[in-house]
Amino acid sequence: MAENTVLKLSGLSKRFGSVVANDDVSLTLVKGEVLALLGENGAGKTTLMNMLFGHYLPDAGTVEVADANGVLHALPLGHPQAALAAGIGMVHQHFALAENINALDNITLGSEPLRSLKRNRAAARAKIDGIIERSGLKAPLDVPVGQLSVGERQRVEILKALYRDARILVLDEPTAVLTPQEADTLFSNIRSMITDGLSVIFISHKLREVLEFSDRIAVLRHGRKVGEMATTDADEAKIARMMVGADTPKVARQEMSPGAPVLSLKNVSVSGRSQRETLDNVSLTVNANEILGVAGISGNGQAGLAQLIAGLVQPSSGTIAVDDEDIPKPTPSRMVQAGVGRIPEDRHHEGIVGAMSVAENMVIERLDDPDIQSLGLLRREAIADNAVKLAQAYDVRGPGVDASARLLSGGNIQKLILARVFERAPRLILANQPTRGLDMGAAATVGRRLLEARARGAGIVLISEDLDEILGLADRIAVIRDGHLTEAPTNNREQIGLMMAGAAA
Amino acid sequence: MIRIEPREATSRTFSVGVPVLSALISLAFAAIPLLAAGANPITAYGEMFKGVFGSVFAVTEMLTRATPLIFTGLAAALAFRAKLWNIGGEGQLYLGAMAAVAIGSGLLDISGILLIPIIIVLGAAAGAAGMAAPTYLKVRFGADEVVTTLLLNFIILIFVQMMLEGPLQDPMGLGWPQSAPVLDQGMLPPLMDRMRVHSGLILALVLAGLAQFMLARSVWGFKLRAVGENAAAARHAGINVNRSLFGVALISGGFAGLAGVSEVAGLKGYLTADLSPGFGYTGIVVAMLAGLSPIGVVIAALFIASVFVGADGMSRAMGVSSFLADLVVSVSLLCVLVGGFIAKYRIVRSGKAGATT
Repeated sequence: MAENTVLKLSGLSKRFGSVVANDDVSLTLVKGEVLALLGENGAGKTTLMNMLFGHYLPDAGTVEVADANGVLHALPLGHPQAALAAGIGMVHQHFALAENINALDNITLGSEPLRSLKRNRAAARAKIDGIIERSGLKAPLDVPVGQLSVGERQRVEILKALYRDARILVLDEPTAVLTPQEADTLFSNIRSMITDGLSVIFISHKLREVLEFSDRIAVLRHGRKVGEMATTDADEAKIARMMVGADTPKVARQEMSPGAPVLSLKNVSVSGRSQRETLDNVSLTVNANEILGVAGISGNGQAGLAQLIAGLVQPSSGTIAVDDEDIPKPTPSRMVQAGVGRIPEDRHHEGIVGAMSVAENMVIERLDDPDIQSLGLLRREAIADNAVKLAQAYDVRGPGVDASARLLSGGNIQKLILARVFERAPRLILANQPTRGLDMGAAATVGRRLLEARARGAGIVLISEDLDEILGLADRIAVIRDGHLTEAPTNNREQIGLMMAGAAA
Repeated sequence: MIRIEPREATSRTFSVGVPVLSALISLAFAAIPLLAAGANPITAYGEMFKGVFGSVFAVTEMLTRATPLIFTGLAAALAFRAKLWNIGGEGQLYLGAMAAVAIGSGLLDISGILLIPIIIVLGAAAGAAGMAAPTYLKVRFGADEVVTTLLLNFIILIFVQMMLEGPLQDPMGLGWPQSAPVLDQGMLPPLMDRMRVHSGLILALVLAGLAQFMLARSVWGFKLRAVGENAAAARHAGINVNRSLFGVALISGGFAGLAGVSEVAGLKGYLTADLSPGFGYTGIVVAMLAGLSPIGVVIAALFIASVFVGADGMSRAMGVSSFLADLVVSVSLLCVLVGGFIAKYRIVRSGKAGATT
């Protein structure tokens, strides 16, 4: 095996302040294999790959890469150019493409000699055509990248890496932005590239695709490598246990019959600044005791729907009613008064005021409440008591309720928001990507709280890009695509995927 | 290799230590030009100290100088807390001063118990109006208030000059561009016999205390802090961000206007176009030195007033230019800005790969 090793990471460590992002991680990659790097958010996957690629300088450890003859050489650390020269290609979650020029130029950008006056485009095209032929990564080369779909752009990114003769390809959460069908295509392309001699590391936290497509699995937890196994020896429970260090609590969901409508949208349009904020003639009803899952690929109007229900935008046409009461001019405070609880997508940016205390953030939506203030002065004891009570009930852990909210971890920030929202027993709950970036324990808590609210009689709009989460929680599913909302079957992953992609439903 | 990493938390020691240390460092820096001018820095600073604390008169002069700085410092500090960058304190000061002489110099000839509050309220209102306009442009059209408030300063100053040679000109003033004096009963009472320090100082201190209390303890202050620290989250939580901005704009402009009222009706008695030697701009420095805390503004204003008054004394005693005061103030501000950075970030020296930090 030693002579087949193409990449060897030994004892890599990286700290950011007091946070240990990677602690003594060692990893090897064998020629022609697909290694899945698994771990919860914050486990250190991306940091590790960024050290490999030279974006971060490790505090300790070495990286060795095999040259074309299979001999391992130490890689100078902290130099992306060296990593590129050694044949490492990286495709980030957020693409690094120039949208106004075509795919061919994007691919060759940066790898042409600076001193040559003439560009040899014919040779470049021939080389790229050859790569496409062998890998199956089809992408239009002559159209500005801005006009390509997300899947096509990702293929352009991979082509860019292969064009630079990458022998090791790192993919950071490649399927996060893809429909299930596009993901399948991607993995079959990866298969054909492997036979071409490529080795692949892909970062993911989706167990299903890891089990289906990888040869070997390495699991990170809290910055350490906690396990490694051949995929044939793995199953979901085993990996999940390794990722969280314990069995994940299963979310139990009982069948319930829906009650009266709590939210009705009638022919609502929102003209947003971009497609992600635009809704086009959406009608929607959410009933009490019901979770409506809104599935869709990122950027298809989810933000517009969320802003509408949160009261942050006014519909350009149509009506919105909560509990059968029309809300002609929605504002955030108007929606809160109407009994809408909102869990925002970006909890750091919209959910909390980081510089203010945990206790203050817990009452920020109820400053008119006489329990919180009298005659315009804050009742500080009541605010502190409320915070202690909520922190206990919702298990918000951190340096204390008087500490700045920004000192909490992501999971605890979300628990703070849950406490604020659920404590008021809202009639309608908007949960926008409520578990994104959370570890499995915290994600399970969110799911449990949503189901509890449903049992209590709340109606819930659950917007998520994680189809598994929606399939696990929702009573009904709607697919959002180009600002349109379409009801979908609850049990057919295949068909939902097609609807997400915009194919005939 | 040197890297910069954010600190998890800023300690209390830093928030007090940085300004104090900055003041000391700035004095140390100023020793260099003092030496170059052939003066012994120790003696010079001794003279400077005497110039501020050497007599009751010196102390009252310092307090007189600090009074407008507390007002303009509060104006900047409160607005900056909401991330509303009011650079127009100078202009708002003149608007307040203009209102004070317009009303106080004979338009209303009533008893002081009524006249003084009217002058104060309308002076503050004039300053508030001067900040309301740029805030409206910001909220409605997204105009950058840094630009609008800054440029308004010049417009207002020219307007003041026009008024002083026109409707507001003192008919008894022999053609000088100055306003008629505020009526005697309209003047803020002095605090001590034969000294210039006046009751505007008391007003400034009370308002600073009130601002401190309201910022920490009131719903208004809560909203203001939330809007300043994270406007998106404040808006999401149902706080009317624009209303908060307007509220703080009016108060900020009002405070700056009071600086003008206090200078005209407390000290000078009449308005000229050189009423303020840049109190509005110095107020920004005061606010930054104070870390935008109202109580801190009082301390910072006393410090800066001490430096200026002390430098005058030093200049008289030793023949060194009093421009040294500007140097001390500028260096201390730079130190506070650097100190604020160090309080938020740490500088880490990391060796080659292999070394652990």
